[in-house]
Amino acid sequence: MQKQYTLSKSKEIYKDNISSRNRAEKIFNILLLFSVLFGLLMLTVLLIDIAVEGFSWVRPELFENYHSRKPENAGMKSAIAGSLIVIGLTGLFSFPIGVGAAIYLEEYASQNKLTAFINLNINNLAGVPSIVYGMLGLVVFGRMFGIFREGSWLVEFLNLPIQSGTTGGLKFNLLGIPWLEMQIPFGRSMVAGALTMTLLILPVVIIAAREAIRAVPPSIREGGYALGTTKWHVIKTLVLPIAFPGILTGMILSLSRAIGETAPLIIMGAFTYVPFLPNSVWDQFTVIPIQIYNWITLPQTEYRVHLAAAGIIVLLLILFFLNGIAIYLRKKFEIKW
Amino acid sequence: MFRKNIVSLLLVLVISSLVLAACSGSKVTPAPSQPETTQVEPTKASEPEPVSSSALAALAGDVIADGSSTVFPITTAVAEEFAMVAPNVRASVGLSGTGGGFKKFCIGETDISNASRPIKGEEAEVCQSNNIEYVEFLVALDGLTVMINPENDWVKELSADQLAALLGDSSTIKKWSDLDPNYPAEDILFFIPDPDSGTRDYMEEVVEKVTGDKDLRQDENTTFSSDDNVLLDGIANEKYAFGFFGYAYYINNKDNVKAVPIVNKAGNAVLPSDETVQNGTYNPLSRPLFIYVKQSSILEKPQLVEFIRFFFSADGGPAIMSDVGYSMPPTGTYEANLELLANSLK
Amino acid sequence: MKNQQSNLATFNSIPNQIKIRNFRERIIAISLFACGVFSILVTIGIIVTLFTEAIAFFFRPEVDIVTFFTGTNWRPLASKISPENFGVRPLIRGTMLIAVISGAIAIPLGLGSAIFLSEYASDKLRSVLKPLLELLAGIPTVVYGYFALSFITPILKQVLEDGLGIKVSFFNAFSAAVVVGIMIIPIVASISEDAMRAVPRSLREGAYALGATRFEVSTKVVVPAALSGIISAFIIGISRAVGETMAVTIAAGATPRMTLNPLDSVQTMTSFIVQVSFGDAPAGSINGQSIFAVGATLFVMTFVMNVVSAVILKRFREVYD
Repeated sequence: MQKQYTLSKSKEIYKDNISSRNRAEKIFNILLLFSVLFGLLMLTVLLIDIAVEGFSWVRPELFENYHSRKPENAGMKSAIAGSLIVIGLTGLFSFPIGVGAAIYLEEYASQNKLTAFINLNINNLAGVPSIVYGMLGLVVFGRMFGIFREGSWLVEFLNLPIQSGTTGGLKFNLLGIPWLEMQIPFGRSMVAGALTMTLLILPVVIIAAREAIRAVPPSIREGGYALGTTKWHVIKTLVLPIAFPGILTGMILSLSRAIGETAPLIIMGAFTYVPFLPNSVWDQFTVIPIQIYNWITLPQTEYRVHLAAAGIIVLLLILFFLNGIAIYLRKKFEIKW
Repeated sequence: MFRKNIVSLLLVLVISSLVLAACSGSKVTPAPSQPETTQVEPTKASEPEPVSSSALAALAGDVIADGSSTVFPITTAVAEEFAMVAPNVRASVGLSGTGGGFKKFCIGETDISNASRPIKGEEAEVCQSNNIEYVEFLVALDGLTVMINPENDWVKELSADQLAALLGDSSTIKKWSDLDPNYPAEDILFFIPDPDSGTRDYMEEVVEKVTGDKDLRQDENTTFSSDDNVLLDGIANEKYAFGFFGYAYYINNKDNVKAVPIVNKAGNAVLPSDETVQNGTYNPLSRPLFIYVKQSSILEKPQLVEFIRFFFSADGGPAIMSDVGYSMPPTGTYEANLELLANSLK
Repeated sequence: MKNQQSNLATFNSIPNQIKIRNFRERIIAISLFACGVFSILVTIGIIVTLFTEAIAFFFRPEVDIVTFFTGTNWRPLASKISPENFGVRPLIRGTMLIAVISGAIAIPLGLGSAIFLSEYASDKLRSVLKPLLELLAGIPTVVYGYFALSFITPILKQVLEDGLGIKVSFFNAFSAAVVVGIMIIPIVASISEDAMRAVPRSLREGAYALGATRFEVSTKVVVPAALSGIISAFIIGISRAVGETMAVTIAAGATPRMTLNPLDSVQTMTSFIVQVSFGDAPAGSINGQSIFAVGATLFVMTFVMNVVSAVILKRFREVYD
């Protein structure tokens, strides 16, 4: 005799199952909410602590003055300028290289050993301590292996007009254009700092951009090819616009990290006390986290508690602003289907 | 085929830039291209008279300083005051640490190296091999302060021997009562600077003279930090704590920690203060702080000469020293420094 | 007549147009290839920078390479310079302790946040929460270090020492690991969430049509579909935790020791490098060189971890459409 499921029996089974599944759903919901709230809770605690300590110290002096030994006169003008310029340059350098590498890896590279090696490489670079990038930046960008120093083989061979001194090196105008001056080696300048930061954040930019590009369905591409366009045209007009929000996420996360880094920039040669605004991107500089770190280690309470907190508030405001721009861009270019 | 074109185009671009630079850029060579033992043109200022204030205001150029975090507040405070009389001089100060500062100094990247210890032999050799000559200036004294929790009422004074017994590597002291049977039988919690700081190095020298220990203790009751504020917090919050660090941190937190008078060579127990450190009665824990200035920069950068001169004038170091929590070196040091400067200008 | 001529002209110009197009394509392909290969250049740079000094370090008579990797005593700044003071294992132990604990915090919380943001939250809520989470990523690492000391450690002490009588050091690995975990939550969450949003809606709709609850859809359909992206996010997060410098330097302490107790103060490989770089040691000295050996060790470690995870990842990749 075949087993016959009566209506009532199947209803029983159905009911039991559904209630336990609903219960699981409810528990899971609570856990999920908790996980989101935990991060936000920590953020709130941090922000309240910082706001309480630093709020009254976010005054015009903070933005107009340079660091002083008297807390009431101290400000972070040069740090703010330095941070903004370095982050701007970092974004400028890392976007094309990062997105370019991601496009190459996703669209052009065949699945051979070289590609696998590059993949491995990039993942590995994401874990290198930031301070190592500082050392690398110092040698490669700051000093350029010393080949532009007086007496080196290159200088002798090409008879280059090296300027001596502490900020020495080769100074010239690129292609003779007067305001496009270049300084080699990059020394302790913002260009060197930005390049160091670019190296630091490049792995995350590449990985995030790859995920975004990978997420674009192949059907979109096939449609483009079917119309007879070239590979690059498909990428430029179809793939990239769809992947743009994801790429932007990677850029935001990376730039957020870069704006908060201290150690690599100090190693690479950023200063801590810079009582002037930069005249060009080749000038000495300092950044906000270095200033904050310096204040935290000073003995007076006004510095290590209040001014440091005020500095953090300023940094977070800049970050907020950057994020705001990114959100706006993300929303504007988001393509839904 | 196209690939070759692009590569050659890039090459042309790079080479043309370099060639343009070679042709158009003015060949700037330093006054004596070989270091610094030769005579400079007689027009270079070698007279010891001070420059007029309008000339100071007209001075421009940069001054690059780097090095110790201990000397940092002094150099930046002087730079801050100097900026008021010479606003166009751009003085930047870095924080690479004494060792890192010398590393940059000895390849010619900085004009001034802040140092919380004298230059070491191997560092001087590097400077020599790169033809960097320098002048050493004593700029301040830091009275290392030994600290205990305010509730600690049993320690009245300590001698250098006792310090060495407490802090040396071979120390067997764990509880306060091990040091003196009248003290409480509680574990001592040590808060000391971490193994790579100049403050600790100096204490190690003091300890070594007594016990021969070359290192300080490193056990589970010892907390290290490179941030003196953290050590301060530790000592302020633990009743049985003990530690030492720079005077500047003590003087700004007098309500939270208690300083221990140290028995000096004459046998008197002395607390650190501006006067006792300067006149030498607070010993042996007064450590000297230096700046090293590159000889060739003195000859090439008039703004640097004026900066150093300002440093050792009444408006420079002396005016800011107590603000930053350090003590002036023995009287006459700054005058001697000015003479050193005048001599190096010749 | 004119029309015919212009049409013919256009038609004849097509081969040239295609030639130019192809030329442009080649240029672009080459520059993109250069970008891709650039990362190898960076790795080469790092290897050269680290390994030249590291090898010089190992050739020093005072150092023995075997003791370096097997010894459990790391006291390079002690004045007695002998091989027994150069055993790197305590530093590795410290690094892994913090990495594992911070991963244990960040991975579930990050993934949970990602699932919430992509499956549960309305667009409006998502547009508010996602930037807030990303703000966590932007807080300077030094701030996290001090947050650990000023907030997490006192709470830890209160709960454990006063409440349960367990000793908590002033500097401990756990506080550092907690803040590092908080620091990497946004990375894990953001990248996972992007991966999950990329899963075609049709898959979800299919599951809902079969009567699955949202929980089941999330865990049984979306997460497996986005798994490669999610695991990528985990790898980046853990890599970041291993390479974190300032927060652990401030919060974990400077005492290298072979301990599994997260309440002890430890020293990680990165904080040792910071300690020596900013300290007093002369540049070419044995301490100055030891940081390169430590850095090289760290590099090799993360490389091995990445190879292993790449092998695992290969088995999980899924492609749709």
